[in-house]
Amino acid sequence: MAERDRPLVQLITVRFKEYTREPEALFWSFGFPILLAIGLGIAFRAKPPEVVHVAVVNGSAQATTVTASLRRDSALAVEAMPLDSARLALRSGRVAVVVEPSGDHTIAYEYDDTRPDARTARLMVDDDIQRGAGRTDLLSSSERHVREAGSRYIDFVVPGLLGMTIMGGGIWGLGFSIVDQRRRNLLKRLVATPMSRAEYLASYLASRLVLLAIEGIVLLGASLALFGVPLRGGPWSVAAIMILAALAFGGLGLLIAARPTTIEGVSGLMNLTMLPMWVLSGVFFSSENFPRVVQPFIKILPLTATNDALRANMLRGVPLLSLWPQLLVLVAWMIVCFAIALRIFRWR
Amino acid sequence: MSASANPSSALLVQDLRKYYGDVRAVDGLDLDVSAGECFGLLGPNGAGKTTTIEICEGLTSPDSGRVEILGLRWDQQEKQLRQRLGIQLQETQLADKLTVAEVVRLFRSFYERGRTVDDVIGLVQLEEKRDGRVGKLSGGQKQRLALACAIVGDPDLLFLDEPTTGLDPQSRRQLWGLITDFKAHGRTILLTTHYMDEAEILCDRVAIVDHGKVIALGTPRELIRSLGAEHVVDFALGGDSEPLGEDALRSIAGVRAARMRAGGYELNVGELHRTVPALLGFLAERRLELAQLTTHSATLEDVFVSLTGRQLRED
Repeated sequence: MAERDRPLVQLITVRFKEYTREPEALFWSFGFPILLAIGLGIAFRAKPPEVVHVAVVNGSAQATTVTASLRRDSALAVEAMPLDSARLALRSGRVAVVVEPSGDHTIAYEYDDTRPDARTARLMVDDDIQRGAGRTDLLSSSERHVREAGSRYIDFVVPGLLGMTIMGGGIWGLGFSIVDQRRRNLLKRLVATPMSRAEYLASYLASRLVLLAIEGIVLLGASLALFGVPLRGGPWSVAAIMILAALAFGGLGLLIAARPTTIEGVSGLMNLTMLPMWVLSGVFFSSENFPRVVQPFIKILPLTATNDALRANMLRGVPLLSLWPQLLVLVAWMIVCFAIALRIFRWR
Repeated sequence: MSASANPSSALLVQDLRKYYGDVRAVDGLDLDVSAGECFGLLGPNGAGKTTTIEICEGLTSPDSGRVEILGLRWDQQEKQLRQRLGIQLQETQLADKLTVAEVVRLFRSFYERGRTVDDVIGLVQLEEKRDGRVGKLSGGQKQRLALACAIVGDPDLLFLDEPTTGLDPQSRRQLWGLITDFKAHGRTILLTTHYMDEAEILCDRVAIVDHGKVIALGTPRELIRSLGAEHVVDFALGGDSEPLGEDALRSIAGVRAARMRAGGYELNVGELHRTVPALLGFLAERRLELAQLTTHSATLEDVFVSLTGRQLRED
């Protein structure tokens, strides 16, 4: 007779097969976060310095000189046009400033002084014209342009998406699947065999961790390749935070799935748990935006702890030891959730 | 040591009780199933059969009473017991996304000893569906897969809860064949059913259960014989005749028992060739017109009706 299969290995294998045969589940755990990151990356991409549009009122000899000196500045796009058209362009926002040479030594500027870009445009234009007319600078200056990876919106949002993926995976992955098995009477059927209950639960956590590794590599790899999102703390400390977060959310998922017998019941509980964290825990915007009084509450949410730890480690390279408050929050959630879930779990 | 009266008991249940609020699901039930026997719990829906079998399976705990299986007790030897029992629940939807072989292999992995995966798939005649998804199986095939999962650990005692409910006649007959084969290997079976034909075909002994109690116990033959009548005559009258009294009917030659039923009468009869002419004479004397007359051999259904005055199944 063939060697007997190990039940834990069989349980994990079965879990994977069921998962990979569910195309929707694959999309939600891999495709969705990547698409979201790409979409946000495009929307908030780092743009090259914007070209400023200006209009010069034509018709005079001086207008030709002014236009020529402005065209030498690559940061400006200069159009010559009659006054009427120029004013229309200004009102519709197509140009930031209208330059109207009047007489040999006078220039009139028309612009909206409440718009910072219009004020900048006026300064740039005036500078070019004055230099063109022969003004010399008294001091020499040099420039160094700094565009730091790690401070863009995409850098902010990728750790948030990663945290959200870990939360979704733990809560959906465990909650939905366990309740579905209970609803189908399959859980009761399994309990009627000599199967070890600890191994049954361990198979869920083990398959969660493996899937998480794949999800994490895909999401972080894509953000590194496409946007250069940094891992300043190194890959291992990010992995450690992810594993701890996965265990905390696994415990939460187990707790949510401990009693319900219907998909509707568990869906309600899952949404009730996840919705506040989507909003409060700083996935898409900083949780610092919420009032000071609710900050202590927000800080002890597991997703806040996950996101804060991931951001600090990935973007600023803060070592794990200095992240102990966040990691402690995750450990506490893990222990409390598992302890309660195992006590109240409905096996039959 | 076991206090069992019968040393070869595979399953011993004494004064079992389980109440759900005011509902007495099991109300002082006793069973003694011998090793190698196929024992049936027969009763209508809601009689307490499933609660009883689930208590025996260690899935529900009783309020009181004693359960001893293969000489072992749930509260003390659950681990050993689980290894030796095969269980089929009333309604289990196994994982749709897995194949037949994957499901059987998973269940096989839980048992220390047992049959090989292919062996069991062959036994339940699912070879052709071996690599097919469970979700694509017919009702009968799913039920056979459930049986495969129940016997893959080569159990000493097999529990089957309504194994053929909801199946078409052909699938039922196929499943009966498989259960009979399993029985032929000398293993013990406890099954519940509300089909009298199933109980008559499969079971060595039957306990008729109603309101959480055993109201009759014996081989199907013994139970039918206890009616004192091998045959049942059903008849109905035409026109607006006065109802016939049961006493008057019992006075007809060969009638052991008589009951009025919706739309007609039912007589338990020893010998048809004597009673049918007598019945016709009885009706002619009273100028009553016969609208319908049928006869059949007495079944466990008739036993149930004569014990409770109700039908086993209302359909």
